Amino acid sequence: MAAPVVEFRNVSKTFAGHKAVRGISFHIDKGEFFSILGPSGCGKTTTLRLLAGFEEPDEDGGEVRILDEVVNHRRPYERKLAMVFQNYALFPHLTVEKNVAFGLEQRGTPKGEIVTRVRNALENVRLDPVKFGGRPPAALSGGQRQRVALARALVLEPSILLLDEPLGALDLKLRKEMQLELKSLNRRLGITFVYVTHDQEEALTMSDRIAVMDNALIAQLGAPAEIYEHPRTAFVARFIGESNFLEGAYAGREGTWALVRRADGSLVRGRGGDGRAEGAAVKIAVRPERVELVQPDAVPEGFDALPATVRQVVYRGEMLHVRVTLREGGEMVAAMRNEGQIRNPVRWQEGVACMAVFAPDDARVLEEDPA
Amino acid sequence: MSGGGGSGGGGLRLAWLRWSARRPGVRAWSLMAPGTGWLLVFFLIPLGFMLAYSFMKKGVYGGVEPGFTLEHYLRFFDPLYLTILLRTVVYALGCTFFSLVMGYPVAYVISRSGAWKNLLMFLVILPFWTSFLVRTFAMIFLMRDTGLINTALIAMHLVQEPIEMLNTPFAVMTGLVYGFLPFMILPIYSSLEKLDPSLLEAAEVLGARPFARFTKVVLPLSMPGVVAGSLLVFIPALGSFLTSDLLGGAKEMMVGNLVQNQFIAARNWPFGSAASFVVMGVVLLAVFGFLKSRDDSAPGGL
Amino acid sequence: MAGKLPKWLIATAAAVYFFLHAPLMVLVLFSFNNSKFSAGWEGFTVQWYQRLLERRDILDSLWVSVEVGVVSTIVSTLLGTLLALGLARHRFSGRTFLESLLYVPIVTPEIVCGISLLIFFTAASKWAGSGNELLASAGLPALLPVLAPGLLTIIIAHVAFNISFVVVVVRSRLEGMDRNLEEAAMILGADEFTAFWKVTVPQLWPGILSGALLAFTMSFDDFVITSLVTGPGSSTLPIVVYTMVRKNVEPSINAISTIILVVTAVLIYASDRLSQDKPLTPT
Repeated sequence: MAAPVVEFRNVSKTFAGHKAVRGISFHIDKGEFFSILGPSGCGKTTTLRLLAGFEEPDEDGGEVRILDEVVNHRRPYERKLAMVFQNYALFPHLTVEKNVAFGLEQRGTPKGEIVTRVRNALENVRLDPVKFGGRPPAALSGGQRQRVALARALVLEPSILLLDEPLGALDLKLRKEMQLELKSLNRRLGITFVYVTHDQEEALTMSDRIAVMDNALIAQLGAPAEIYEHPRTAFVARFIGESNFLEGAYAGREGTWALVRRADGSLVRGRGGDGRAEGAAVKIAVRPERVELVQPDAVPEGFDALPATVRQVVYRGEMLHVRVTLREGGEMVAAMRNEGQIRNPVRWQEGVACMAVFAPDDARVLEEDPA
Repeated sequence: MSGGGGSGGGGLRLAWLRWSARRPGVRAWSLMAPGTGWLLVFFLIPLGFMLAYSFMKKGVYGGVEPGFTLEHYLRFFDPLYLTILLRTVVYALGCTFFSLVMGYPVAYVISRSGAWKNLLMFLVILPFWTSFLVRTFAMIFLMRDTGLINTALIAMHLVQEPIEMLNTPFAVMTGLVYGFLPFMILPIYSSLEKLDPSLLEAAEVLGARPFARFTKVVLPLSMPGVVAGSLLVFIPALGSFLTSDLLGGAKEMMVGNLVQNQFIAARNWPFGSAASFVVMGVVLLAVFGFLKSRDDSAPGGL
Repeated sequence: MAGKLPKWLIATAAAVYFFLHAPLMVLVLFSFNNSKFSAGWEGFTVQWYQRLLERRDILDSLWVSVEVGVVSTIVSTLLGTLLALGLARHRFSGRTFLESLLYVPIVTPEIVCGISLLIFFTAASKWAGSGNELLASAGLPALLPVLAPGLLTIIIAHVAFNISFVVVVVRSRLEGMDRNLEEAAMILGADEFTAFWKVTVPQLWPGILSGALLAFTMSFDDFVITSLVTGPGSSTLPIVVYTMVRKNVEPSINAISTIILVVTAVLIYASDRLSQDKPLTPT
């Protein structure tokens, strides 16, 4: 197997006593669309800046490798990367053409070649070179600036493209459009994309793999489906999508499932939980759309069931969220498809007794969040 | 591997950039060393010299003799010098007061002037930077016995003899206010500018009359500007030399004139240094007081 | 936009503006008055301006002022811009000390600054003189610079009081600038020096120019400090004007004052425009 394009080996970065990144390791393969996802202050931007070369790891802070070469002390201009910035960072004193040509000029590309490549790059991001080439960035709309920033990066034909929340400033419709376009550029050009975002939906839509960061560490790394279906920690379960949490004590195993004893003594089954000590406090996460509400006497075979009372029905358009109070304390949300409130009105009314049921395979015993 | 641009001498340059990238302090100081050095050698150290001189003995032909003495500071308790010191402080405070009373309305009007703002601002900035000497001369031109005011008064038969205005406290105070008023307007304006107009609307909705809106909302929120402006007027007024020199004459001597006099005429350098340091001391007190009041009021504002 | 201003407030402000500007306008007007002594209007003339051209001392001092202004502006702008860059763009230890040091020239009264430099230059040249004698007795050439009061001491003093003001102006523009621009340039292959020349300087230019214009204005106007550190034969324009004002003669002072006013007004207007200027757009 070919060496990874990017590799972080136990990388740490400290700013004036504050640890921004705490010994993280991961690798990115060629052509991959790799997202780093997390809330603000989680260390994702620092990670990207370490890769770009704007920051260097601590003295004993591990290794950053690009194309199998340690680049800890390489300056950004030695790394042959390209980057799209959050606010685009277009040079306001240069025209669109000059902005796109900037990198080629730095690399000593012959004049004639620059002209053709700039034109191609602009066409590539669907901007008319004749119409927009001579304009200053100030005369462009947000979406157009975004395209110029992309052209300026892609014209260098980089093997790796870094993107720092590039869609944050666009409106929703444009953002959706650009998401698809970025994904198709990634496929078409075979460039490795490293994409930093705090928007979980964006990451799920575009990425081949996602590194979820929290508190200067990687909380979980995996394909979008894996992260959504099998969140490892409460943070990931909460940050990616919505989750119901049940608390209890680890009570051994039943086949491939872990058993968790609830406060009232009842047992709930779930996946994961390997290596936890008997009696240890654990959390179980269940996605709202995996929770069903049934009549107390109609619990399906093989499901775990918790007695509950309906507290509130929240109408959310294509979905309905039914919030229930569990008998032994706490609450849960069950999400169900809106099947038409005229033909098929929801049966659950406030105050009705029911059972909240879920399959043990849809419940996940979580690992503890690291300190 | 080198991705750097087409400039020559790349090796050494790149080596320096790589080395210094890990040492932001080295980078910063290599930029800042010349300027910092200049300020140290030609500002801070001379002030140190002056401090040292103020404790030495007077030389015969100017300059100093080695030794340590407090006599130059004690000399300030001589009523003659105490009067000068007191007069200086009174002038500086008076100038600050009149500048505030005249400057606040102007700053307020500018901050509410809409399309006229740029022009009105420029008309304050202009005298702010105009030659102080020329502006002081303009005062002389108006106030001297054959000046415009007296000529006009006589021509209108309002007075027989010219009114003596130069070399009076009136001339000095007018000259000081005329000189330093713009320093008051600018900071007050910038704090009024930041004031959110919706606060005034909120106060109005809550039933505050115009006077109450001003005293309860506008004034407290513009206090930082008032304090900064007062400082910016008080400091140069305290150390002023030209105004009292040209408009006040010997009768209206301020500490600045005393200092200059000790160096140029009386040749008592240590006493001049001591006088100079007394001024500097009052200035530093005012600055520290200002910084403290700013830190104290920073979080709340109200 | 906000509510209407009461009339009395507008009247007060107008009166203050009158107080600020009327004396100067009168001064300018009477530089064209055809009478040597009278403050009454005796008709239009430009003879006081012509008179200026005949006075060598004024022309010489004007040249000295320009020399001092240009050199001290270049030096203080360069040093101040570098200081502003370090302050705005880097982490370093000693920041508190440097920030305080930069405040010192701003709060020190001119007379104090001038006197301390007078003491310093006198002492330094005395020491350099005896040091050179010592060197001479050892058969060595006079290596120590003796700072005789004159052009050089004036320039040194002007740079010293100008640096802080340049720093304030340039720094405020730097802080309004997007740091990502420099990083974008670097990722595109430009090293720090190239990024500075091709990206930072074009953006910063108005700030640098505005700082330089202010520095020149302050240098051109300074009387108090210059009068204390100057030596024989190097009088700046303000020193000559001061002498004229003391002697209290003829409307030539009005004429030279008018010229100074016009020059300052142009420089300040230019500086003001530049500092309000948004980042450049290409032509």
